[in-house]
Amino acid sequence: MDLVSLAVQLLNGVQYGLVLFLVASGLTLVFGILGVINLAHGAFYMLGAYLTYWISAYTGSFWLALAGGVAIAFAIGLLLEEIFVKRLYGRDHLAQVLLSFGLILVLDEMRHILFGKDVHSVAAPAFLQGSIRLTEVLSYPVYRLAICAFCLAVAAAIFFVIQKTRIGMIIRAGAENRDMARALGIPFDLVNRYVFAAGIALAALAGIVVAPISTVFPGMDNQMLILSFVVVVLGGIGSVAGAAIGALLIGITDSFGKVFFPSVSSISVYLVMAAVLLWRPNGILGQREV
Amino acid sequence: MRGAPITGRLAAAALLAAAIALPFLVPAYYVQFATKVLIMGLLAMALNLVVGFGGLVSLCHAAFFGLAGYVLALAAPQYEAGSLWLTLPLAVAAAALAALAIGALSLRTRGVYFIMVTLAFGEMLFFLFHDTKIAGGSDGTFVYFKPEAMIGGLRLLDLEKPATFYWVVLAATLAGIALLAAIVRSPFGHALAAARVNERRARSLGFPIYRIRLTAFVVSGALAGVAGYFAAAQYGYVAPQMLGWHVSATVLVMVVLGGMRTVTGPLVGAALLMGLEEVLRAATEHWKLVEGIIIMIIVLTLSNGIRQLFEMAFGTATRLARRRPAEALPAREAGHA
Repeated sequence: MDLVSLAVQLLNGVQYGLVLFLVASGLTLVFGILGVINLAHGAFYMLGAYLTYWISAYTGSFWLALAGGVAIAFAIGLLLEEIFVKRLYGRDHLAQVLLSFGLILVLDEMRHILFGKDVHSVAAPAFLQGSIRLTEVLSYPVYRLAICAFCLAVAAAIFFVIQKTRIGMIIRAGAENRDMARALGIPFDLVNRYVFAAGIALAALAGIVVAPISTVFPGMDNQMLILSFVVVVLGGIGSVAGAAIGALLIGITDSFGKVFFPSVSSISVYLVMAAVLLWRPNGILGQREV
Repeated sequence: MRGAPITGRLAAAALLAAAIALPFLVPAYYVQFATKVLIMGLLAMALNLVVGFGGLVSLCHAAFFGLAGYVLALAAPQYEAGSLWLTLPLAVAAAALAALAIGALSLRTRGVYFIMVTLAFGEMLFFLFHDTKIAGGSDGTFVYFKPEAMIGGLRLLDLEKPATFYWVVLAATLAGIALLAAIVRSPFGHALAAARVNERRARSLGFPIYRIRLTAFVVSGALAGVAGYFAAAQYGYVAPQMLGWHVSATVLVMVVLGGMRTVTGPLVGAALLMGLEEVLRAATEHWKLVEGIIIMIIVLTLSNGIRQLFEMAFGTATRLARRRPAEALPAREAGHA
């Protein structure tokens, strides 16, 4: 395999990893701050993709779908926190697992009722539709590069908010020691609600940006959910930086696994997870027992 | 059960007699439904050994269940019945081996990590059967003949008959109950419960926590394999969905519904949930929507399983009050540990 196609695979892996990071960072934040394990997280990735299909089919604008999808997902997140999730704080993980499983059944059936069972495709914005020619036979789609750039920008924004702003300070304090932060007067009822909604919105955002390259289909949430769990386990629960490392590791493993070990590619990421578990049971950047 | 009142024992005996007589009482369709309930109930009881008694929320038991089903599909010859004596131990051994490997890795983690890791390893087995050509890939494959039980050329049981198959599954379920009850009451079972209630204290008392939990996990996985073996024979069909985590989560719902601190509670939970599914499926095309809502309501209102309803209705609050403080106290200590 020559250098150019190797670079293309690497780029694919990085792009996949960056999308995974968007989903997993939401998951890890929600667990770190709220202490709630949300199996329905992947369903919002699917929701984002379906909203993109739906809005862009009606309005013809991908950008409107981007803005509208994120806003709708955020609003749904606020609503769900108010109705269900806040009743789970302090309950055991089993209750959280089962409630979010019930939520998956509800969301998936609503998807079935609203959008049907068909596979849909979404057009990328016109000016991102071309490809860059690399060699005689190889070219790279501009849209995939745009995803990389966009996800990097979002990741940078997440790190900026968490490391440099007052809101980020509250979030870090909450992840570090919830009881102490609450005793200092931080209104966690409010923080919880917005963190949950932001996590949901990040998952939806990932679904939105991949809609033009992955097509929109029932069950697209499942693999993303499992992989984002693997990423969170790899990186350490509650650690956004860990999620970034884990996501890139999984993205690149998956991409190269498909090329070099096609027969076992579907389990290559789990073998990586098993190896990391042997090495560090609490994840690469995880410190505390959960 | 030593202290069980005489009425309780009579009720159990009557229930058992009714279960044995069932094929004479109802049409074949309900016999098959009862078989499915027993199979899922066995799976739920197996899962409950680690979830209810061990305090470990596993989301990969469907993988052991499905793996055993696949072993039957692959080990049995295609155009004749496989031998029960050969395929059943093989299927259970495969499930136990998978449980040993997954458990050995997963049990290095705690709490929510354990949930996520078991989920991921379970899905790994799902994708192994889904993405490769093994046994029909994502389409699955048929098990054309139910296994047969032969002794010296004599056919002992004709499993193709729904009633006979039902009795065999009933016997397997009863054996499962006996095994689980013996485990729970044994010193091993007490050590497993001690590790759940207060891991640090159990460890400082010298219990080998990791080994105890791994043993329970393997036993539970093997029993899940028994259930999966009979499920594949019953449906005559195996597909990757059998290993998917949605099955694991559904079985968890059965466990919680039936009550986690009893051996047979999950069997009751299986009967309730599958009965509910049967009714909903007949009533509406979008039965999963209703089922999801009902699951959410159950989780939010009945933290003690369905028995809580009876306790609310018949006022056994005093019994609860006597039991609760004893259970709550160590739990609080565990929270500080």
